[in-house]
Amino acid sequence: MNGLRGLALLLALQSLGELLARGLSLPFPGPVIGMLLLLLALRVPAVREPVAACASFLLSHLSLLFVPVGVGVMTHMDLVSQYGVRMLLVIVLSTWIGLAVTSLTLRLAKGKSDAEIR
Amino acid sequence: MPKFVELWVYLAATPLFGLTATLVTYVLAQALYLRLRQAPWANPVLWTVLTLALVLLATGISYQTYFAGAQFIHFLLGPAVVALGWPLWERRAELRQRWRPLLLAALAGGVSASASALAMGWAFGLPAEVVLSLAPKSVTAPVAMGIADKIGGIPALAAVFAVITGMVGALSAKYLFDALKIPTDPPGWMARGFALGTAAHGIGAARALQVNADAGAYAGLALGLQVVLASLVIPLAFRLF
Repeated sequence: MNGLRGLALLLALQSLGELLARGLSLPFPGPVIGMLLLLLALRVPAVREPVAACASFLLSHLSLLFVPVGVGVMTHMDLVSQYGVRMLLVIVLSTWIGLAVTSLTLRLAKGKSDAEIR
Repeated sequence: MPKFVELWVYLAATPLFGLTATLVTYVLAQALYLRLRQAPWANPVLWTVLTLALVLLATGISYQTYFAGAQFIHFLLGPAVVALGWPLWERRAELRQRWRPLLLAALAGGVSASASALAMGWAFGLPAEVVLSLAPKSVTAPVAMGIADKIGGIPALAAVFAVITGMVGALSAKYLFDALKIPTDPPGWMARGFALGTAAHGIGAARALQVNADAGAYAGLALGLQVVLASLVIPLAFRLF
């Protein structure tokens, strides 16, 4: 029941997010506003247990949710056959750049704060 | 035999097919992944997507027919993005304490991934709408679609790029981090997880979560942050330049 309550709450917040995004033409997608609203809602203790139950279920199976979109690659076979190798190369290299920059920034920032403590 | 063909034609056209095929294939791929002791190359999303795409191409079932059933799974991406508030809230004390380096790393990683993808896309002579669809590739798919739509990319293509990005991250991050000598102590796991969530969103975070609980938590945090940052920064950058 907690999981169901949590889902109802997440959907309600997403709907509210969509309404706000469209109504006020905000730069965020509806679910992102829903996420920010959830952060506010979690201040109410009664909300926490249902949200925890539903969120941990949804997030632990997060990668499944990408499958339908991923299969959509088959509708772009013309682009894939023409530019496939180049597109893949761009994706692989830029992903490595992103991973390296993020992890090294954190390592450097951490080293600096350690030095300050000493 | 004709009876069977008739039945198959009927079943393949109902939403039941897309939903069942997606879940069954994923459950099998997940079981295989666990059996192979979670080797990065055995990534369940990768093999589920490849298997389903090949089955559809081989049987001539259209993506629209498949999606009529698969949309029930796809739909859950919305509440899942909202649910990302939960790991953020759970880690609010650390976030308050370390928000400066974390925010800096999230911005640096997100901007460098996006900018390098744009630059290489142009340099390799990809069509403009393909290049624009590459910009939001390190953000989780549903948000990437929204951003691509705003800046003139193709939403469906942006979603596919985001999924491939996630798989590349989940598959190769371990080797990259080892090469960069990121340690496997608690601060090292934090850096590894946070980088996976930043550059490879939900699929990277799922991988981080399986490897180490700390890494998973920081990946969830990074993924939530990246959603907010990219929704703000990418459309703003395109309005300015």
